[in-house]
Amino acid sequence: MRQFITAYTLIDGFKCMVNGRLLFYQENILTFADFIKALYKQEQVNYPKFYKMDALGKLGFIASELLLRNKDIKSYPPELTGVVLSNSSSSLDTDIAHNETIRNREHYFPSPSVFVYTLPNIVIGEICIRNGIKGENAFLVSESFNSELIAGYVTDLFSRELVKGCLCGWIEVLGNRCEAFLAWVENQADVAETKPGPFNPVPFDAEHLKLLKNQNDR
Amino acid sequence: MEELIEKLKKEVIEQLNLEDIKPEDINPDSPLFGEGLGLDSIDALELIVLLEKNYGIKIEDPKDGKKIFFSIRSMAEYITANKK
Repeated sequence: MRQFITAYTLIDGFKCMVNGRLLFYQENILTFADFIKALYKQEQVNYPKFYKMDALGKLGFIASELLLRNKDIKSYPPELTGVVLSNSSSSLDTDIAHNETIRNREHYFPSPSVFVYTLPNIVIGEICIRNGIKGENAFLVSESFNSELIAGYVTDLFSRELVKGCLCGWIEVLGNRCEAFLAWVENQADVAETKPGPFNPVPFDAEHLKLLKNQNDR
Repeated sequence: MEELIEKLKKEVIEQLNLEDIKPEDINPDSPLFGEGLGLDSIDALELIVLLEKNYGIKIEDPKDGKKIFFSIRSMAEYITANKK
């Protein structure tokens, strides 16, 4: 059975698109913190824990929220819903913040709420908690977005029937530089059963992943 | 005491990133955990760090935490009694 991408989110240069439609862009925004807060407010996401997340958590959470809010992912068993993400900086953004709290011996106050985010896969935990997802998950680190790796990994999960739906893509934050690309992948039969949405499903493979992610570069 | 309570409210909001909450929203006698502000276990650790960083108070026995961090008022009372 073939898999299809039935929805996707793209965040790049403080601009946010969902299924190819521009959702958010403000020219005067200069920092990641201002951007992500403005996007959160605009989209009226009510989740107080959002403010406690690190930058990677916030970016992944918002990207998944905008992607999944129109998808009926609860129709899949939680144990058969997966999340496979990747980036190049791992949790370096938060590792730096943690280092700031411990590098001065005279003022040594490590922050527990910063420290808990010094792993990249914590963002997967945030998404899973929010959506009740309990299936396979992985966070892969590579120099740049490796569409072959993601397509191969997720296709393998589908072929071994470990997932029926899977969120996958790229979540990268370092300082004010951020980039997110998330795709929701489902089996062909499930796609046929869903009502037509704002985005025509495309086959799930390395080529389409690359095309959707890099559409702003063209 | 009231001055310390107001100061503590601001410090707790900042330390715990309670973005949408203002000092006047916090009842100094309401429980900090469970209901009320809905704080979690990581927040509890942050409050321990706050006491040490801002007031030089180290909690030696973790069992005391439940009583000390029951509310903003109980925190203020503990700080007043133990500040170095």
